[in-house]
This record gives sequence, C-alpha cells and structure tokens, in this order.
Amino acid sequence: MTEAMKVSAPYSTQLAFGPTQRQVEVGQLIDITPDAPFAFDCGATMPSITLAYQTYGTLNADKSNAILLCHGLTGDQYLLGPHPVTGKGGWWEDIVGPGKVFDTDKYFLIVSNVMGGCLGSTGPKSINPATGHVYGLDFPVITIADMVRAQVLLIDALGIDQLFAVIGGSMGGMLALEWAVRYPTRLFSCAPVCTAAKHSAQNIAFHEIGRQAVMADPAFMGGRYIDAGTFPAKGLAVARMTAHVTYLSEVALQEKFGRRLQNKQAITFGFDVDFQVESYLHHQGKNFVERFDPNSYLYITRAMDYFDLEADAGGNLANAFAHTPVRFCVVSFSSDWLFPTEESRHIVRALNAVAANVSFTEIITDKGHDAFLLDVPAFHATLRGFLDGCAIARGLR
Amino acid sequence: MSKTLRPDLAVIASLVAPGARVLDIGCGDGDLLHWLRTHQQVDGRGIEIDQERVYKAIARGIPVIQGDVTMDLPHYPDASYDVVVLSQTLQTMADPRAVLEQLVRIGRKAIVSVPNFGHWRNRLQLMLRGRMPVTSTLSYQWYDTPNIHFCTITDFVILAEQLGITIEDRVVVDAAGHKARFTGRGFKANLLGEQGVFLLSKRG
Repeated sequence: MTEAMKVSAPYSTQLAFGPTQRQVEVGQLIDITPDAPFAFDCGATMPSITLAYQTYGTLNADKSNAILLCHGLTGDQYLLGPHPVTGKGGWWEDIVGPGKVFDTDKYFLIVSNVMGGCLGSTGPKSINPATGHVYGLDFPVITIADMVRAQVLLIDALGIDQLFAVIGGSMGGMLALEWAVRYPTRLFSCAPVCTAAKHSAQNIAFHEIGRQAVMADPAFMGGRYIDAGTFPAKGLAVARMTAHVTYLSEVALQEKFGRRLQNKQAITFGFDVDFQVESYLHHQGKNFVERFDPNSYLYITRAMDYFDLEADAGGNLANAFAHTPVRFCVVSFSSDWLFPTEESRHIVRALNAVAANVSFTEIITDKGHDAFLLDVPAFHATLRGFLDGCAIARGLR
Repeated sequence: MSKTLRPDLAVIASLVAPGARVLDIGCGDGDLLHWLRTHQQVDGRGIEIDQERVYKAIARGIPVIQGDVTMDLPHYPDASYDVVVLSQTLQTMADPRAVLEQLVRIGRKAIVSVPNFGHWRNRLQLMLRGRMPVTSTLSYQWYDTPNIHFCTITDFVILAEQLGITIEDRVVVDAAGHKARFTGRGFKANLLGEQGVFLLSKRG
C-alpha cells in the first residue's frame, strides 16, 4: 500500500434487491482512495471506489498464504453461506473449509465482489455523487482489466505483496488470467478454469440476447428503474433463462428433464408450463431477479465481451505470457460448450510457447460449464493437487 | 515414493544431466520426473493423455499437460528443452517419424526408449509357432495392442540414420534389467535386448 492511499475501516450497509427493493444488510465494505483517481479503460475516473469482500481462514505471518478467488458473472464474495440475499450456501460451499480443497486451516481466502457488481462493490447501483441518484447507465462501461485493477487495490489495502494463488472459473478465470498477464510478480500461481483468453462470437451473441431481453422490458426505463419505482424482472428473468441453458449440457438437460411433464399427465395445448424443463428455467429466472441487478448484468456481460488478451498482446497470446514466473493450472470440462476445451488448449499452447510452468487437464463430465460449481471429484482432485504442489514449491505448510 | 525406477527409466535418468530442463512425453504419474527432480534437480514438465494420471502427477507438484503428442508437440518452440524423453511410446504413434523429428526439434537432446521386437524370444515365437509374439514386455494380443508401429533396435538405428538424427549414445536393456552400451546397428543387442534406449540430437 502506498503512502497516499486511504482505506476506510470495514463497514456494512443496507442494499436493495429485487422487484420489491427488499433491504438487505451486506457486510465488509471498504472505501479505497488511491493516490491517483481510479482510471477506467473507457477513460472515466473516480476519486475513490468501494469494494465488498469476504475472507476465510487466517493470513499467516509472512502473508504468503493468501488465495484470491474470482467469482463468475453472477457470483459474489460469498464462498460460504448463509448468503445475505438468498439465505442459501455460497458458490464454493463444498470445497471451502478445514481440510477441504481450499483448506481454511492452511490458506487465507479472499473473494471480492467485482467492480460493476451489485453486492456492495462500486457499480451501476451505487450513488453517483454528481447527481445523488444511482448511476444506472451513467456508470462507466467497465472491463475485466478495470475489475482486476480494483482487486489489486484491495490486495494492496490488505498489505499483501504476493498472492499465493489467483483462481477463478468462467469470468473468474478471465480475471485470473488478467492478473497473471498484468501483475505477474504479484501471484505465485494461477488457475484459470473453464475460461478463455478472449470471449468468442457465440458467447458475445448469447450475452447480447440477454442484454436485449433486459433492455426490451418496458420496466427497464433506460436503466432508471430504481428512480422510476419499476423493475425489469421479466427481461432479466429471460436473460437468465437463456444464459442458464448455456451453462448446462444437452446430455445433462436430457437426463434431468427429458420430455417429462410438470405436474400433469398430458400436454395442455397452450403456452403455460407443460414441461419440467420450462418450469426449471422459470424457477431459475425468478430466483435470479431477486438477487441480481439488471444494470449490473449489462455491465458485467459487456466486460466479458470486451475481454481479449490476444488482441492486447498484439495478436499473439504467447507474448502476453513472455517470461512469466507464474505456475499455471488450466482446467476445462469436456461438455462445456460455452468455454470449450479448445479455448483452454489455446491458453496452454501460448504458455508452452514461452516455456511457462503449466499444467492442463480436461475433466470428463456431462455437467457442462456449471461443472466448476458442482461436485466433480476429478476437478477437485486436480485443484487440490495443484495447490499442494505449489505449496511445496512456495514452502507453505 | 518411488525408490527404484523401471529399468529403462533408470537408463534414461542416467543420460539426463543434473539441473536440465526436461519434457517427459507420456509421463504417466510422473515417476521419472519425480525421480529426476528429487535426485538430479531437474526442472521437469510432462505430457500425458490419461486424466487420472495427469492429476496424480499434478498432485506431486509436477506440471503436466493432458494432451496428445500429435496435436500438442508442434506448438512447442525449437530447443525449448534440454532433454525431451519418450519412453516406450514411439511404437504406439500414428507417425513415429514425425514424432522423432519433433523430439529433436523441441529438445537439444532427445531420449527415446523402444521395446525391441527383434529380441530372440519374439523371433522364436513367430518362427516356431507362426504366431505374433506375446512376451512379458510385449504382453498384448495382436488385436488389442496399442503398439501399432513395432520396430527392432536395428530398425530404429536405420530410421535415425535416414532422418539425419545423430545417435549420441545407445544402450540395450535385457530382461533382467542389465544394461550395456552397443555400437552401430547392434546385431547382438538386437537379438538379446528387450529394450533399446537412445540419446539423440539433431545433426548440425
């Protein structure tokens, strides 16, 4: 942390969620005022930013056991429950704790809500000091690099020079890669999981469908729904339903639902829910709007669309990793069609081209992209193995 | 922890200089790399196709890429390793010639071990019984063998000559694990050896 950087004491605050703008207390926010205003890639600046984060485990004396875990598109800082908004478990509930893959007896885990998110970090739901109203679409369009720059400030604020690992799946994997490329000396190891060095045309397409669904909802009101007292729940639900299909695999959908009907013996010749798969998607959409901000959805999907490490490296991804000291473990899932294995292989080849220390495995599973959040023993064994190997090399016990 | 290495791996290890950067292709659980790291301070990497073996190796702290030789090797830069190792795998490759050329391109040196189809037991089985040999080192039936490109020690030497690859060292290992250096095309080695281990480099 530099001399001039100012960091507030951690505090909690009330945030509003869902169509009813239900108030929820969200903890552990800090305000960071860096030496120079926070500069976004788009050119905008902010004198200070707020980051919400959770930690698990204890930072050791030489601050060498910190792991930054980066959440996916709609994830957040709650690895473990109870989640303040949903009341349910966290996103890596099963593998975080004493003796687990992310052993809280051994490691100090840090997770922060990304910038642009809606669970406490600065984002479109924050108050714009210039107007006294929420930013809405006046919030600067953010990038993955902006999110990571904000995380670097958090790690500075925590007084940690080098993270033991930066790990994330999906968008979290993009953040992990961005860390490794921009700040190679500030992490010992990096595990980008089911991710890509650049967002594909297909993925941009799905994001655009989601954004159009949100913006086409009359309640969206040009992003000013909070001021207007409305909420584009239908649009956001459709966005989530579409996205959710991309997180699964055809096999998984078929096995889970097939053509089974929902609480009925025969089709109804109508457009209400007939099939279980419809009911499931409706349920996913309905839950989602209770916890996620529509504007945040636009901003974060856009940040992913803009992500292109290869272009940043002049068209050759290997250049991005030249001389990297970081140890990598790249993981993909065989049935993931959103971030297919080929995307991971592309990263691995670039790392090989610069003779980096890299491991790679494609986990065989029918659980699709969501596999990184589910009980997939081979994935967990790989993560554990990688962390164990890195811990030996780093002299952690 | 492996206290002893498979005989051909022990020969390979003896050909690797301490502190070298080593790429082990088809590294399995990482036995050789683990040995080399522990005993010879080698900076090792592996390629392995089997998922279970990949994460076992990763768990030993050995960087391993789950991959396929044909698909992945062309992406490695020239001379990016001191030594590239391919043990008992060449005979399973669709295009052994292309693989050999990749090995000496990526590694300043390459070490290759091959099972010797020319061993007298194999010759005898084929001659007397008229059937494809099945022995302790070549334990497959013809219809389920992964070994699709068998060669003898002499065949290997001749291919290396044709490809302009220098054989810097050639060692034969017999059934009991005894090893011996040989020269030329190895008439005797080809009869008595169960495996050949070769230290290769690109000519020029």
